[in-house]
Amino acid sequence: MSTIESALLDMGGLDILAAQNTPIHRRDPRAKVLTALAFIVTVVSFSKYDLSGLLPLFLYPVVLVALGNLPPRYLLGKLLLASPFALIIGVFNPLLDRTILLRIGPVGLSGGWISFVSILLRFLLTVSAALILISTTGFNAVCLALTRLKVPHVLTVQLMLLYRYIFVLAEEASRMVRAWSLRAVKSRRMSPKVFSSLVGQLLLRAVDRAQRIHMAMLSRGFDGEIRLIRPLRFGMADALFVLAWTAFFVLARACNLPQLLGQAVLGITR
Amino acid sequence: MTHHIVEVQDLNYTYPGGVHALQGVSFRIVHGESVGVVGANGAGKSTLLRHLNGYLMPVQGSVRIGDCLVAKPTLRDVRRAVGMVFQDPDDQLFMPTVYEDVAFGPLNLGLPAAEVEARVMQALDTVGAAHLRDRPPHRLSGGEKRAVAIATVLSMAPDLLVLDEPTSNLDPKARRQFIELLRTFRHTKIIATHDLDMILDLCERTIVLHGGRVTADGPTLQIFNDPELLMRSHLEKPLRMQACPVCGKPT
Repeated sequence: MSTIESALLDMGGLDILAAQNTPIHRRDPRAKVLTALAFIVTVVSFSKYDLSGLLPLFLYPVVLVALGNLPPRYLLGKLLLASPFALIIGVFNPLLDRTILLRIGPVGLSGGWISFVSILLRFLLTVSAALILISTTGFNAVCLALTRLKVPHVLTVQLMLLYRYIFVLAEEASRMVRAWSLRAVKSRRMSPKVFSSLVGQLLLRAVDRAQRIHMAMLSRGFDGEIRLIRPLRFGMADALFVLAWTAFFVLARACNLPQLLGQAVLGITR
Repeated sequence: MTHHIVEVQDLNYTYPGGVHALQGVSFRIVHGESVGVVGANGAGKSTLLRHLNGYLMPVQGSVRIGDCLVAKPTLRDVRRAVGMVFQDPDDQLFMPTVYEDVAFGPLNLGLPAAEVEARVMQALDTVGAAHLRDRPPHRLSGGEKRAVAIATVLSMAPDLLVLDEPTSNLDPKARRQFIELLRTFRHTKIIATHDLDMILDLCERTIVLHGGRVTADGPTLQIFNDPELLMRSHLEKPLRMQACPVCGKPT
């Protein structure tokens, strides 16, 4: 099976996870979107040398994975897939920033290394929060929640159509690659020339399809706005979910919990 | 409502590239009729269908749907009256779930939520797809996609169903079920297709297009029994009307 096809099957995997029925899945999509947003903002707002302050925030993904009955290995796999981006962003920090900030015995840790690790931690936290959001809510429900939260229609409709047609597009692409590979017996790798014409083909087909979809939309009275009627109910439990987590994030941001804990432990033992 | 539900008069259309896709097409379809539109590839079938809901505007001539002349100000009414089902259900089904797709039309008509709900469920029941309501369209089988595609226009309560190659890419059993489903509809139907056997099943009248002109318009059986006309139009007798492949006797 080509990588495109297996990636497709994988995307369906998130949908299957989202179809479960757990206390987390039952929360209103808006509650989960807002909480995830608060979480990401909190994570990003830490200073670049802060490591210990970030650690308590791991509670959020861990609790959601546990209560949401999500397979941790599967999510870790997805995280690894995205990790090269974070690595590339952070990898030069140790070279550029050589001020020693921390000494553990004879080993001095430079600011660069600390900020590199901090970038990786943030990457882990934010991307896992996004993955958890999708796999406990479903992509379409996230779009719906965004619409109800007054995010501009242009954006949410784009996302919705993207998710609807990414499967169709990928199938088309994999058919073309298959047709190429069956005739390219000798060459294992696609030459740039073949690749560019293949991508061009794909673009033309996508434009054609977009035109046909637009025609289908017009013939059912489309006037520029997509209306959705899925009922959403924001109840007490949802409000509590948002408030409790946000309170925790604020607390974790305001005071360094591991430090406090350490002091408390030292205070007892002293 | 006039008795003539579709009236096309001297319709001409030239694509921006200069291709004369339609040259003086005229016909009239009355309430409750089922009409097959057949012809070679490039005969003008798709161009004709695109005029029926105002996606293309006539360069010359006119199209009338019920009481409305197809023109900019009447587009809304025309598109409510004409339920257009496209060849590729993946183009037709663009919403995240089946339910939302079927609700798309009624919501655009500005109907209240309760009425939308009722119409969606009725349309899904009619095509036997009520159990699919929460499924994403890309996970449906070919036959299911077709059924849902029909439901998306039924929910708008159209007077006229226009179907473009409705049986393409269906396995024989799904095709048969789909034909039986179409047979139950009392709507006026216009079906453009290469599947002449289906025309034989569903349409008492057939219009033959060739080179952008109507070359024949009459009772289906009469047209399919005119070998010379069929050959000229790049068609052939429906398989059922051809000789038996085993004994060679005409059926």
